[in-house]
Amino acid sequence: MQKVKVLGGGCSNCMVTYNLIKDVVHEMGVEVEIEKVEDIQEIMSYDVMSTPGVVIEETVVHRGGVPSRKTVELWFS
Amino acid sequence: MTSGKKASLYLTLGSALWFGLFIKLYPLARFVTSLIPVEPESHLGAALAFFVYDAPKVLLLLSAVVFVMGIINTWFTPERTRALLAGRSLGLANILAASLGVVTPFCSCSAVPLFIGFVQAGVPLGVTFSFLIAAPMVNEIALTLLFGLFGWKIALLYLGLGLMVAIIGGLVLGRMKLEKYLEQWVQDIPTKQISFESANSSFLQRLEAGSSAVKDVVGKVWGYILLGIGVGAFIHGYVPEGFMASFMGKDAWWSVPLAVIIGIPMYSSAAGIIPVVQALLAKGAALGTALAFMMSVVALSLPEMIILRKVLTIRLIFVFIGIVASGILFVGLFFNLVL
Repeated sequence: MQKVKVLGGGCSNCMVTYNLIKDVVHEMGVEVEIEKVEDIQEIMSYDVMSTPGVVIEETVVHRGGVPSRKTVELWFS
Repeated sequence: MTSGKKASLYLTLGSALWFGLFIKLYPLARFVTSLIPVEPESHLGAALAFFVYDAPKVLLLLSAVVFVMGIINTWFTPERTRALLAGRSLGLANILAASLGVVTPFCSCSAVPLFIGFVQAGVPLGVTFSFLIAAPMVNEIALTLLFGLFGWKIALLYLGLGLMVAIIGGLVLGRMKLEKYLEQWVQDIPTKQISFESANSSFLQRLEAGSSAVKDVVGKVWGYILLGIGVGAFIHGYVPEGFMASFMGKDAWWSVPLAVIIGIPMYSSAAGIIPVVQALLAKGAALGTALAFMMSVVALSLPEMIILRKVLTIRLIFVFIGIVASGILFVGLFFNLVL
């Protein structure tokens, strides 16, 4: 099972991104473990300067702003 | 069709549509107002004409500017900005940082990760502050709105003054050697060499970034703009000239510090504050006072200070507020004196 982390300290865009990913993986029927990371030191360990950041299997795939649905679908296809 | 061709096609069609609308806007607005049975010379008529013409004009301008900035932003990611600033010393780097603050996408919710990212890469504290002051205060939205509603002179003035506050504020803060007033865990972060590889986006991807910026920004701020233009239209038609002049005019020197102090805890985006500035200016408030108020509201706010409290000690936060507020105060007083 893939491990997905959404990085960001409680901004509204982070929540939107989190829900979008949940939605997309549910629709695609992909099983993932998705976690919200709000701890600033953990966020910085990925060197993400603009939140929300998205990390899949310890690789940063997205920085800053809400990703488009199309982008999210590509991550899991 | 290749993606490059597709991109050019979108771009051509989009700009043709935009220019067509922009050129036809004035006759269109006159036509619409002529349909409404209100005397054009009356207060209501004047207010209405203003609303029908200025609202679409500003929204059109904003869409174009945000689109272009959305594309420019794809080159100026925070990572690239950091790479440009790392390892420089105070001085020219402050000018660079303030200018980059204008073109780098920034959301105050990212202030903390950005701050840490800069410190970690060895960007000097004073330079980081120049960036942090300029980024929320001087941006394309503020400048476009000022341009659309008050003309290019005020927009340019705001750009110059905002950059000046950010550059000088950062320089002063840098000289004060405040590193020891960072939170302990921030001081303990080891500096590391951060390599920067630029992501290669295709032209189509950049265009998409531009249009999603338009959707995002215009979707968020159009309500404020309509409100601002509505307030403006109302004042235009109804409020007597010089209503505010007595207590926010040039002669009332104390109105500038008062405006700055009231503005510090307030939080609003540049778009949200425009209605207020519109109202103040139209009622005869002095330009320096109105601009100082706008800068203070946009650059300093309670929520942002609470966010920054994670990395700065209370003492440093107060020094930061003090320096930035003094800069804004100086700008306001100076302009009331000179203009």
